[in-house]
Amino acid sequence: MGIEFQNVGKTYPDGTVAVADFSCTIPSHRTLALVGSSGSGKTTLMRMVNRMVDATVGAVLIDGRDVRELDKVALRRSIGYVPQAGGLLPHRRVVDNVATVPILNGVAKKTARAAAMDLLEVVGLDAGLASRYPAQLSGGQQQRVAVARALASEPNILLMDEPFGAVDPIVRRDLQDQLLQLQAELGKTIVLVTHDIDEAFRVGDEVVILKTGGIIAQVGTPQDIVAAPADDFVRDFVGTDRAERTLRTIHLDGQQVVVDGDDRPVGVLAQ
Amino acid sequence: MTWLDLNRDLVWDLLGQHVRLAVPAVLISVVVAIVLGRIAWRWPRVGTVVLGAASLLYSVPALPLLIVVPVVLSIPLRSETNLVVALAVYGTALLAGTAADAFRSVDSQVREAAEAMGYSPTGIFWRIDLPLALPVLVSGIRVVTVSTVSLVTIGALVGISSLGSLLTDGFQRNIREEVATGVIGTMLLAVALDLLIVAIGRALTPWQHGTAAKATKSSAGAAA
Repeated sequence: MGIEFQNVGKTYPDGTVAVADFSCTIPSHRTLALVGSSGSGKTTLMRMVNRMVDATVGAVLIDGRDVRELDKVALRRSIGYVPQAGGLLPHRRVVDNVATVPILNGVAKKTARAAAMDLLEVVGLDAGLASRYPAQLSGGQQQRVAVARALASEPNILLMDEPFGAVDPIVRRDLQDQLLQLQAELGKTIVLVTHDIDEAFRVGDEVVILKTGGIIAQVGTPQDIVAAPADDFVRDFVGTDRAERTLRTIHLDGQQVVVDGDDRPVGVLAQ
Repeated sequence: MTWLDLNRDLVWDLLGQHVRLAVPAVLISVVVAIVLGRIAWRWPRVGTVVLGAASLLYSVPALPLLIVVPVVLSIPLRSETNLVVALAVYGTALLAGTAADAFRSVDSQVREAAEAMGYSPTGIFWRIDLPLALPVLVSGIRVVTVSTVSLVTIGALVGISSLGSLLTDGFQRNIREEVATGVIGTMLLAVALDLLIVAIGRALTPWQHGTAAKATKSSAGAAA
């Protein structure tokens, strides 16, 4: 069942069309990456799932139920949300940030804090950080806390809004790896919004490339998209013609060495 | 120091009286200003009018206000309520703009993340906006407190006793030491209340001071 967008659109009162007509289904336990530049409506689409935005036409269904039939606050508490950098509560200690939603749901503070400590370990954070405030953590640590917090209420769905956009490339890679590892264990249904096509390809089972106004340029697995970009827009967005994506092999010392368009070695072809 | 030695009990009484007038006025100002500041923050157009009216009120001279308030509320001129209400009007006028600024100082990303996690609108006000607005709010409350403590003395002119009574009495009877006691006592009270507010503010905003971090920084191995 998963999440289903049925011909959704969002027009703001001033006439701006954020999303014209978008349909897409995300099967349970899969990761969908919504990728596009600013103005593509990717964040608007994600926010329709937890009703931070209500569609003006069409419907978003979760396991067959229209989200508009559900109570906003209850719906949001049932969905894990990983905000952009800076979305932690600055006045709450790390452990209390993680325990936020369970406590809102009425779980005893002590129980929620104990569970939060376990979650910090799951996302690879030292227990010594639990009593710190977010501002005392590095950007990468903060985003780990954000992931732990989103998992705390054991939601089936995770919404991730450019979760790793503000950290440096090496840390971003670590965080993406960790997300993949967690996802292999937990099997959540994930909607991830990003403007970084490499991130979309690394994390997404399916990738939706959006043009301005939420128009789908192409949907498919990363392989599909790399192998057969639908049009010049996708080709350009993915960088199909960029040097680092045009690989070829050369023979060197009996090995098949893969080099990119600038002849820089990328690796060796497995036999 | 003969005058002070002879009138110690009177000074203590008047000091207590001064506190009983200033503190409720400040508390009322804080509550009303937070409400007005919130309205101004939420609906900027209404806010311009509200905050404009507030600063206009602040420009009303104190003595006429002390005459007008009893007429409007039909209470005796010399009642403490009269002075408390007048001081609360000034305090609110002084603080409402700061309260609006305080809510504007809260990072909208934090508020939005809280909303997306499932905080109700009331929950966002009490648990997100209000605590995060505290640093700016406290700076405004300090100004209002000091100004209120000194304004209380004006009540003596219409016969509401406070440390200000030492000023009126001292001037009339030409007792210099009495006037000095009134002035210094008022100043000391203002400083004491100011320090108290700073202490309460610090206690309520521990994340601003990073005490926990310094204790754990050495022991915690960072993962990312």
